[in-house]
Amino acid sequence: MPRIFAYVVHKGGVADDSAAELLAAACKIDPTGSVTAVVTGFGPNLDRVCESLRASFGEVWKIANQSLDYPNAELIRKALVKVLPSGCLVLIPHDHFGIDLAPGLAVKLNGAFVSDVPDVNGSEGSNLKVVRQEFGGQLSAHVCCDISSGAVITVRPGAFKPAGNNPVVGLVVDKSFDVGPLSAGRRYLETVVAEAGDVDITRQHVLVSIGRGIQEKNNIGIAQELADVLGAAVSCSRPVVDAKWLEKSRQVGSSGKTVKPKVYLACGISGAFQHLAGIKGNPFIVAINKNPKAPIFQVADIGIVDDLLEFLPELTNKIREMQSVSAK
Amino acid sequence: MEILVCARRVPDTSENEIALNSAGNDIERDELVYSINEPDNYAVEEALQIVARVGGSVTVVTVGSEDDEEILRREMAMGASHGVLLSDDAFIGSDGRGIAAILKSFVAKGNYDLILTGVQAEDGAAQVGGMLAAMLDYPFASLVNSIEVLDARKLKIGREIEGGNREINEIDLPCVLSIQTGINEPRYVGMRGIRAVASVPIPTHAASDLGLDPGTVGDAGAKVKRVDYFVPVLGKGAEMLSGSREENIDKLVELMAAKGGLN
Repeated sequence: MPRIFAYVVHKGGVADDSAAELLAAACKIDPTGSVTAVVTGFGPNLDRVCESLRASFGEVWKIANQSLDYPNAELIRKALVKVLPSGCLVLIPHDHFGIDLAPGLAVKLNGAFVSDVPDVNGSEGSNLKVVRQEFGGQLSAHVCCDISSGAVITVRPGAFKPAGNNPVVGLVVDKSFDVGPLSAGRRYLETVVAEAGDVDITRQHVLVSIGRGIQEKNNIGIAQELADVLGAAVSCSRPVVDAKWLEKSRQVGSSGKTVKPKVYLACGISGAFQHLAGIKGNPFIVAINKNPKAPIFQVADIGIVDDLLEFLPELTNKIREMQSVSAK
Repeated sequence: MEILVCARRVPDTSENEIALNSAGNDIERDELVYSINEPDNYAVEEALQIVARVGGSVTVVTVGSEDDEEILRREMAMGASHGVLLSDDAFIGSDGRGIAAILKSFVAKGNYDLILTGVQAEDGAAQVGGMLAAMLDYPFASLVNSIEVLDARKLKIGREIEGGNREINEIDLPCVLSIQTGINEPRYVGMRGIRAVASVPIPTHAASDLGLDPGTVGDAGAKVKRVDYFVPVLGKGAEMLSGSREENIDKLVELMAAKGGLN
């Protein structure tokens, strides 16, 4: 098995949660091998991250370079190509940074590329067998990856549970001098923080969340009426925002808000992992969807196969009736 | 600005229940509704809007077969000047790198300032744009949700990052950008528009036209191969309520009350 490297994303001197997940994925690929963290950045924050990683990685390769202070994927790719040995396996989190970095890195390292891997199924010779998902999570696939000339693999966030690895005292190896000056055709300017919306969906106990199944903007009132009788708010998945039916501030998911309600009504939401990533705190999830194969039914507590445009108004009426009875 | 958009025809997951075939090696493809990959359609719209502002033309290219011409025509009906099909038996079975290599050989024949792809297709891999950029040694940005043309050499782009935040970058042309859905509102295409381009010839290039060694693409060149499909088991699975609608509502209300959802 080739040497495995985990690219560690960090911020403010603290390693991202994905570091432990990459380590878990690496251990599943090669239970006996040692995993090397590779970390890029600059200054004291980089040093703090490297120091903290010594407790879980056998080696920590540090690449310090002033131009890497902000994680620009093109510059990091060029640095990694200079430092990483040929034929290695590189694990990277499948997030907005990994999507930027990993495909090009695979080309430049001349290795295979597999993205968004939620599970590993062992290896045979130079073939690594992994799992991928297609069609918005409706089907999974076993994928065979020829790693004889190395590979870059992006790992689905949240899919690999960090194990209680035996504590190690890793060695920090400074690879900065192998890198030299770096330049890129893309330059970071600034980060624009999302505008606050009219309703803060992150503070709601109950969310009526709508997806593509709401079909058109005029139908949003159906969800809003249910939310009103529940004292809840309407949130949504990505297609609703793409269609400009609701503000971005209502979107639940990895590119939207992270919510932690007690009850989450997923109405016409298929359940792509990017959406599920925004639902925390183990809420009671009710899924209502016309498609019995929608992935949301696998993670929901209660599933109902029905047309939400008919189901929701009847549910609203039922709750109204109950409220008027109890008010008497 | 000469803009190339790389597009793909995919089963429309919003219109279909995707099911496994009996052999488990593919999806049930009979009666599937196909359409252009949704992010690719946003990419074409974005290209058309850029050209409307600064001039130039939009070419849409796909790797596939004659069946895929329908999405080229659809995008031409939207306003793209040219549709091009890259098709060869040797391309069948290509992995992401193979597709990128085929596209690279086509890009090398032209003179494009900007190359757009959708952020991902139905396989969710999000790989071809980044690979193509690396093969061309062009700068790349993924998850792009805004583009502003600064001058003939530079764009200012926004990328979607976590929590609804946006990362703003300056990027040199020529470059490759992968476009996120929601960047614009793609225009409607009516049947009349599609009929108007129904007989426009679509140039087709095979491996030899592109100077590609067939052994480097397709199944022969693929390092990544799908073995089979299976139905995933993610969680414990929902308790499905399978009564009448009225019964389901009664049960649901009861459960929601128990979980603190009715106050």
